[in-house]
Amino acid sequence: MIEIHLSKPRFSPCALSACKLFAEHTKSRMTQPGPNADLLLEKTAGELRLRLSGNYREESESPRVETLCEALDQDPTIKSVTFESGGLIGWDSRLVAFIRNCAELCLQRKIQFRDEGLPEGVRRLLRLALATPEKKDLGRSPVKPNFLQMLGEGTLKGWADAVGLFTFLGECLMALVNMARGRARFRWSDVFLIMQQCGPQALGIVAMINFLVGLILAFVGATELVRFGASIYVADLVGVATVREMGCLMTGIILCGRTGAAFAAQLGTMKVNEEISALETFGVPPIEFLVLPRMLALIVVMPFLCAFADFISLTGGFVVSIGMLNVSPTEYLIRTVHAIQLKSYLLGITKGSFFGFLVAYSGCMRGMQSGYSAAAVGEATTRAVVTGITAIIASDGIFAVICHALGI
Amino acid sequence: MSSSEIKIEIRDLTMAYGSYVVMRDINAKVKRGSVFVIMGTSGSGKSTLLRHMLGLQHPAQGDVFYDGESFWGMDEEARRAQLRHFGVLFQSGALWSSMTLAENVALPLIEYSKWAARDLQEIVRLKLALVGLSGFEGYYPAEISGGMRKRAGLARAMALDPEILFFDEPSAGLDPISSQNLDRLILELRDSLGATIVVVTHELASIFMIADDSIFLDADTKTMRAQGNPNDLLRHSNDPKIKAFLTRGESSMESQGASL
Repeated sequence: MIEIHLSKPRFSPCALSACKLFAEHTKSRMTQPGPNADLLLEKTAGELRLRLSGNYREESESPRVETLCEALDQDPTIKSVTFESGGLIGWDSRLVAFIRNCAELCLQRKIQFRDEGLPEGVRRLLRLALATPEKKDLGRSPVKPNFLQMLGEGTLKGWADAVGLFTFLGECLMALVNMARGRARFRWSDVFLIMQQCGPQALGIVAMINFLVGLILAFVGATELVRFGASIYVADLVGVATVREMGCLMTGIILCGRTGAAFAAQLGTMKVNEEISALETFGVPPIEFLVLPRMLALIVVMPFLCAFADFISLTGGFVVSIGMLNVSPTEYLIRTVHAIQLKSYLLGITKGSFFGFLVAYSGCMRGMQSGYSAAAVGEATTRAVVTGITAIIASDGIFAVICHALGI
Repeated sequence: MSSSEIKIEIRDLTMAYGSYVVMRDINAKVKRGSVFVIMGTSGSGKSTLLRHMLGLQHPAQGDVFYDGESFWGMDEEARRAQLRHFGVLFQSGALWSSMTLAENVALPLIEYSKWAARDLQEIVRLKLALVGLSGFEGYYPAEISGGMRKRAGLARAMALDPEILFFDEPSAGLDPISSQNLDRLILELRDSLGATIVVVTHELASIFMIADDSIFLDADTKTMRAQGNPNDLLRHSNDPKIKAFLTRGESSMESQGASL
């Protein structure tokens, strides 16, 4: 049974006209200040009359549905709620919201709700608001999940994430195998374009960061080693640290922030634009067409970037040492050449190439996993950088352990 | 309908995102060489149904059959062979933004044919000319208007002379004239290529102009409410919801007023 009785306005309900009416009300707001808003409750034999008067606009106090609630609690004999709005000068959406709450309250308590006394604009808006019942089966639980539920869902999500990580790795490796067999579908022109974007165009930032790292290493070494009279060993420190660790590590991190994020954003946007769906419907695997060229480009470009980074970083160390220490340039250079072994150098370069793979992998994976909105692309970019840097640092640790065990 | 006349059959298809069911038990048959319109209220899963038919989304239950063969039961190779006969126009065109229009149209051709570069170029020029984009071969998608992108997307969809063409809301974002031209083009493709055409739309003018057959999806009941020619549905259906949809809500005003 429906308890709300809305008298039918003269015209069929129409959002436009109601809004126009509403707009006229708000337009005249500035010109008519009017007396303060007032709400009076009058009880007569089973009927509660809400008398609205004054100006119910922005500056006034909002009417509260609790007032009606209390009145109904006090007197359970009330069978109907009516309105009287003769003294009402102006109103805005808050009044409509209040009336709507009243209507819902009446429906809950099975009390008759009569809106004849309200201004026509309010009645129309009210009809619009009540026309569609609240949708209940939206598949979202409004109840806040308890701790165990959250833990369980978190675990499942984490598990799904881990599965996704390895599935993508498998797909990438399959694509590499396909490429080795000459059956992968991608364009070499894409590879060269990406190589250009993440190689030569990154030289500036790679040079700057690595020069500074070289400076810092030499500076730290110089201040500490001078106390032992072993200042010449700064060349060893800078040389070994740069070539084995810092060169490839710093370049990997720069590339992750610069190129990994770009990959994630590119693929994410392509997903939003349905470009990836389009590839799939033409039977072109997106992993081969989009991910493989990016991966190849980074794997190939990274060793060169690393070699460049090593050189710049050593230069940085050289500048500080010559300036600060009592060492001749020739002596320093000879010491450096002695300190750097070929295997250390090759280790650094190899690690660089592997970091390139990791950057492309994390960037492309997060991009491909992106959702279909601008916010999802942003999130994908963030996650790409976080995943990439974590992977680089963690794998560097593993490399260190392996190299120690193998005596490299 | 004899079985050889049926190009596509959707059987007991249930679509879901995780545990949230979008639509239950869709059953429909599409005749070879006809224009089949998927219509429905907003959020009823029209585009989702299209994604299921294209193999982009796995059905929760049920299957789609092309020429009597189960699409989701096929192995990888067979599915790829089936995809070769599809042409898809996505809502925004979905052109590959890093490629020129010519490269966009050429990619499916390179993927599936062994034609010489010269032939490829000729076909690309022809397809772009068919949609009125002669001379735009070297342009990138970002350099042309939305309507042009859509037409270029159509050129790409037609590249392989597909047996089935899918359109996702073809008139969205087009002015009335372009939209009508696109409708004409759809009918032209049906008649000249003999292609079966599946269109997702809620544009009434379009529906009445192009549809040979249609289904109506309802978001509230999560079911398919009817199948038939929209003109017949308008005349003979007793379902108030379908009537309301096909008359732009005019037939339902009174009944809605009464239900308040």
